[in-house]
Amino acid sequence: MSVLLELQGVTAFYGAIQALKGIDLVVNEGEIVTLIGANGAGKSTLMMTICGTPAARDGRIIYDGTDIHAMPTHEIMRRRIAQSPEGRRIFARMSVYENLLMGAHGGDQVAAAQTMEQVFVMFPRLKERRDQRGGTLSGGEQQMLAIGRALMSRPRLLLLDEPSLGLAPLVSKAIFAAIKALNRTTGLTVLLVEQNAVQALKLAHRGYVLVNGAITMQGTGAELLARPEIRAAYLEGGH
Amino acid sequence: MIKALKDAGISALIALGIFGAMVGLPSVVGEGGKLSLDPQPWTVAIIVAVVFIGRLGMVLWQANRKPRVKAKSAAHSKYTISNVAGPLLLIVAVVLPMAGDRYLIDVGVLVMTYVMLGWGLNIVVGLAGLLDLGYVAFYAVGAYSYALLAQTFGLGFWTCLPLAGLLAAFWGMLLGFPVLRLRGDYLAIVTLAFGEIIRVVLLNWTQLTGGPNGISGIPRPTLFGLKFTLGDGPDTFAGFFHLTPSVTYRVAFLYYVIFGLALLTNWVSSRLRRLPLGRAWEALREDEIACRALGINVTTTKLTAFAIGACFGGFAGAFFATRQAFISPESFTFIESAIVLAVVVLGGLGSQIGVALAAIVMIGGGEVFRDFNEYRMLIFGLALVVVMVVRPRGLVSGRTPSVSLGKGVHIAADMMSQGHG
Repeated sequence: MSVLLELQGVTAFYGAIQALKGIDLVVNEGEIVTLIGANGAGKSTLMMTICGTPAARDGRIIYDGTDIHAMPTHEIMRRRIAQSPEGRRIFARMSVYENLLMGAHGGDQVAAAQTMEQVFVMFPRLKERRDQRGGTLSGGEQQMLAIGRALMSRPRLLLLDEPSLGLAPLVSKAIFAAIKALNRTTGLTVLLVEQNAVQALKLAHRGYVLVNGAITMQGTGAELLARPEIRAAYLEGGH
Repeated sequence: MIKALKDAGISALIALGIFGAMVGLPSVVGEGGKLSLDPQPWTVAIIVAVVFIGRLGMVLWQANRKPRVKAKSAAHSKYTISNVAGPLLLIVAVVLPMAGDRYLIDVGVLVMTYVMLGWGLNIVVGLAGLLDLGYVAFYAVGAYSYALLAQTFGLGFWTCLPLAGLLAAFWGMLLGFPVLRLRGDYLAIVTLAFGEIIRVVLLNWTQLTGGPNGISGIPRPTLFGLKFTLGDGPDTFAGFFHLTPSVTYRVAFLYYVIFGLALLTNWVSSRLRRLPLGRAWEALREDEIACRALGINVTTTKLTAFAIGACFGGFAGAFFATRQAFISPESFTFIESAIVLAVVVLGGLGSQIGVALAAIVMIGGGEVFRDFNEYRMLIFGLALVVVMVVRPRGLVSGRTPSVSLGKGVHIAADMMSQGHG
């Protein structure tokens, strides 16, 4: 297994406030890695820092052998990294079709049409609603659209920020199943940020626990699930 | 019924309050410049009666109206407003100068100028969602570019037109850089200031722009070298075609020039909407963070919107200069920006045909009501309020997806959130 993404001592700031305090993290090719932690631990910041907004102040972010930490966001995203951002952020007044096309921005049209067919196979719901406005979809469908849109750029690394946010348990289960199937069939590497620790750890090969901008624990999904402090902090605490 | 009467009575009282002093007690200048009042009780009585009956009728009509199932929205029929009104307006626009009425053509030129400005601003406000209150700045840059280039270097209109567009686009980029990080109200304030800065510079840079005296004697455009003067030499339009010299030819020619420019603006912006760049503008309007996440270069996307919008403002400015033959900073005040923005918003943000209709209603309507002089602005303001109450998303507010497989499904106005196209 080769390393696809490696973070070494990455720090990030919002003004004077330090949000990330030297993160070391490795994502291997073909893995699903999850990042769990409480509200405000810096999970989303870490995702955004990989994409260059905010840019990392110190440390290195090595993706596929190149240090990308000082690159502008749009150049990072052209290197086959895709993000499905927190809160889905689909284009509410554009149709499902247009939303998906935006995911293939800057790529060639023929490849985009093929990829869209694959997305429609994965999420048949989206095909049914192809000409509907994004904003009229249900929460689960919007999440499918956000993931589908991210897949349109044929990524090697997919960053998923809280795909279960605001979804009914049954719907979020379906989303997780889709992620798992995606990883198994295409070998897509996934870095998943979640508050829903149980589901995330069950799904992931490995996991990291983020507390106040620093990583406190890591291990395989099963290992972390078995740790008493994890159970106390994230599983029985009401999440 | 009693409630309706009471309601109508209150409306009549309000009308009496408003119009009693305004209409009922006009002052007239008597002998020796003495001011005296000339009471008009009957006019006031008529107005109040009209308000009373109108309100009563409205209330009763609303009360008796059966709640009806919302019609399946005109959007799904083949005859949408764009499909019918578009070609119709186009035909009217083409044949308008054939009527030969000088005044009519003049109004047509004026309306067409605002249609073009509206379409240009629509790129910035309607598509990219960047609220620009200083659009008149680019209009001014275009006008002064042509005037100064023509006066200093003796260049003709057709040479200067692209230059004026380029210069305006350049200023659009200059404005774009500092406001890249701003959105909404903050952006509006900065663009407003930008518009004023340009005007104040034009006003005070006397050596270059002539300050408040403006620039006069700006050359008229020619048709492949044929002039539109009243002589009948072989180098004039009338002389070449052996016609009786007439001012109407020049006005009609100007009309077709601005008509062509407006069509160009329309064509370019509807083309752009179908390209990835146009889609990126629309996506930017929807959600900037999502755009970043998808690898869209937000900086260049915003700057191109500003530059292309400004470019068309510049074209319109150059045309304005050549039409008027005289320009001064007075023509480029904030009210111009406000009118153009009102045309765009009234028409329905992002809608091309809506902008054209709004320009006709606002500018053409203003001309129609010119005879009513003091009531003109009253009617104008009233019309604006009524439109915004009845159609809060603009006259034509649906949106057809810029790309779709098979038939494009038009999105009806009631499916869209307020204030967006």
